[in-house]
Amino acid sequence: MKSLLATLALTTALTLPGLAMARPVTLTTTLTNYGGDGAYLALYVTDSSGTYVGSLWMAGDKSRYYEHLSDWYRATAGDPAQVNGITGASVGAGRTLEITLDLADTLFDAGYTLHIDAAVEDMRDSPNEVAVPLTSEGAGTPVQGRRYIASFSYDM
Amino acid sequence: MIRALHRWPGLLALALLTVLALSGAALSVFPAAERLAAPQAEEGLTVAALADRIQAVYPGVEQIRRSPSGRITAYWFDQGTPGAAVIDPATGEGVASADPNQVERWLTNLHRSLFLGDGGRIAMAAGAAAMLVLSLSGAALVARRTGGWRRWFAPLRGPLAGRLHVEIARIAVVGLVLSATTALWMTASTFDLLPDGGATPTIPAEVSGETGFPLDQMARLQQTPVAELRELSFPYPGDTTDVFTLKTDQGTGYLDQGTGAFLAWADLTGWERVSETIYMLHTGQGAAVLGLVLGFMALGVPAMGATGVLVWLAGRRGRPRIRGNQPAGRAETILLVGSEGGTTWGFAATLHAALTEAGQTVHVGPMSGFAPERYTRAERVIILAATYGDGAAPASAAGFLDRLSALDSVPDIPLAVLGFGDRSFPAYCAFANAVDQAARAKGWPELTPLDTIDRQSPQDFARWGRALGTALGLNLELSHQPVLPKTETLTLISRRDYGAEVQAGASILRFALPRATLWQRLRGDRFARFMAGDLIGVLPAGSPVPRLYSLASGRRDGFVEIVVRKHPGGLASSQLTALEPGDTIAAFLRRNPGFRPGRGQTPLILIGAGTGIGPLAGFVRGNARRRPVHLFFGMRHPDSDFFYGNDFPAWQEEGRLTRLVTAVSRGARPHYVQDALRDDAAQVARLIREGARVMVCGGRDMAAGVTDALAEILAPSGLTPAALKAEGRYVEDVY
Repeated sequence: MKSLLATLALTTALTLPGLAMARPVTLTTTLTNYGGDGAYLALYVTDSSGTYVGSLWMAGDKSRYYEHLSDWYRATAGDPAQVNGITGASVGAGRTLEITLDLADTLFDAGYTLHIDAAVEDMRDSPNEVAVPLTSEGAGTPVQGRRYIASFSYDM
Repeated sequence: MIRALHRWPGLLALALLTVLALSGAALSVFPAAERLAAPQAEEGLTVAALADRIQAVYPGVEQIRRSPSGRITAYWFDQGTPGAAVIDPATGEGVASADPNQVERWLTNLHRSLFLGDGGRIAMAAGAAAMLVLSLSGAALVARRTGGWRRWFAPLRGPLAGRLHVEIARIAVVGLVLSATTALWMTASTFDLLPDGGATPTIPAEVSGETGFPLDQMARLQQTPVAELRELSFPYPGDTTDVFTLKTDQGTGYLDQGTGAFLAWADLTGWERVSETIYMLHTGQGAAVLGLVLGFMALGVPAMGATGVLVWLAGRRGRPRIRGNQPAGRAETILLVGSEGGTTWGFAATLHAALTEAGQTVHVGPMSGFAPERYTRAERVIILAATYGDGAAPASAAGFLDRLSALDSVPDIPLAVLGFGDRSFPAYCAFANAVDQAARAKGWPELTPLDTIDRQSPQDFARWGRALGTALGLNLELSHQPVLPKTETLTLISRRDYGAEVQAGASILRFALPRATLWQRLRGDRFARFMAGDLIGVLPAGSPVPRLYSLASGRRDGFVEIVVRKHPGGLASSQLTALEPGDTIAAFLRRNPGFRPGRGQTPLILIGAGTGIGPLAGFVRGNARRRPVHLFFGMRHPDSDFFYGNDFPAWQEEGRLTRLVTAVSRGARPHYVQDALRDDAAQVARLIREGARVMVCGGRDMAAGVTDALAEILAPSGLTPAALKAEGRYVEDVY
């Protein structure tokens, strides 16, 4: 279900040549035990010049709090349509968010970067918590976030 | 109607509201604690100076936030490690952990969602809505009970649970309405139902592309006092296109990191301001004292829940279940009941069943719920009314006559009134008479003439039923089996006899306390809780009609005591006075909340004659707090009925009794208790002027004589017994 919705969203958000050549990619995000309420996470992609290309997932369903995901918010002007259909629940401390999406082959090894912004109620906002280039070699290599994310990896 | 609107949401939401109120009260402490603990910024400190101080200590600072309590928190990165601390604005140094308080976080999640996410939020919002309905319907009930909104704080009478319920409610209702409405607003805001989202200015496309302008020289930050600061976010290190973001209580803006120039600004919208004010009112964040007050008022909720349940149970206990009762708006026959102890409800249930059997739709309700505008389908009204005391309205008919006399026009459907009483009392069916006369005076058409039922007579009731049936064109057979309260067995421990020599036998009978189960004790049921002045109903062998006696003891005395005079031919009194220790009787408890000395230390004037001394002696015995008590005791002869004569000296010695005045009516010079009052007129008048409470117990003639005597005594001071009665300072228990 998630992958279907994500594909639909990506056809509008990430209009790329050769989208037909897509493959399932699993994004795994594990949070630290930061001792707060559920974290809002925005997963999105920028191109080599740092320009926002599209969103992959939004964990957190109350759009009024999106402003705390400040880089994403700035790039999209907080437009909820950007995450229409690819929104889920916020992620509790210590929990893992796993999503599988059909991503275009052309997204990899082409200078694109995957970003995660994170925010927790009554705690610091953490834009750009994770910024990882999308490459074939990088797949399966976990990276650590700045404050809330213990590890993030994408597997093809 | 209002009562139902109060009762059912209250009972349904009781558990939810208790959780909401207790967690809310606990949460109200945190803003105040934070306000006290947080180091405050000195007067006139600017954001520029503060940010500069913090940056000097924490060069990797990313964000500075100020909470409504004045607490300043900084977030930074130091060599890739995130850090955060509460900042002392005087030095810029961290002084305390910025981690959220886990207890507060737990309570907050319980309070707003029961840890159940959006479903829990909706449940709690429903709880807040129930709270609002309860507050408004409760306020209407208080106004009705006290006699109008202007008499909101009028003194109350009645059983303790009901009084406590109203006492707490009329103080707490303001806070509860405020908390509930703000809660509903906040929920609507959380679910994006309100257009109160933040407005942010668009980031200018062009920035200087430089970095490193000194913080303390940025003009905009120099103009902003710390007191207005909400948040200052620093540009991402190394990103030359990023900017400073400043949020104040006016709005949001951007500053260039290379030039310090002010780039863009957006004011808070009106909706945002309203939502922020509501957030402050609800949480107390930024209004700590208000928060504490609201939290304290919320503590009233569990207390009102408990007393509310007690009131509801007490109301149910007194009346039988009426099966298939129709709503007032759908019934052809409206049956209104004025009952004090609950027996009239039994008759109403029998009538309801018989009419329903005959194919009628019938609504039964208390006379106090009289609302003719709701009787849209009704074709007739039937009133069954008992009488309380000397012709007063019984409990379930409170306010009926007032409402009737306030009507512009009475319903044009016919009315039947049936009175219940005891012919041995002069005020026989006096309240039913008053109702009937008031209705006739208003021109209310008659269904059947006023009739009366003497001493719960099933024969009388059946006869009236046939007359009613004739008027309705129905064949109505009313066979009423009186439902008696559940009795308990009392065992006589001891008896003290008086006047056997003078052929006027009377006894003080003392019974052992019946065992109470834990549940009865918790509910204060039956003999688990009683006071001197309450009544016991004794069922004599051979009669289904109970006789009532005033109690001369309370639960604390550890026994059940009554004073009984043997009446020639009296069934109950003969059986009682023939009891020997070890013998048992069947009895039930009936509360008499109208005849209590009440709290406080104002003097008591107790006036009694004959066996009427029983409850008064009970008050004296229970007067451990040495309230001044003046007892006027009328007897026939010291040899025949000087009840408790041996106890009075000890009670006086212990300070339980201030003064005893006796009057003897049989002898050369008959002297009645009212004469004793007149002899003592000056002191009695002084005591009453100073707030003394008068309690009278005994025969009807004696009580009338006392009222006359007091009217004379009080005339010079401009007071009347009637005025004292209206104030609740003059109460009677007469038989």
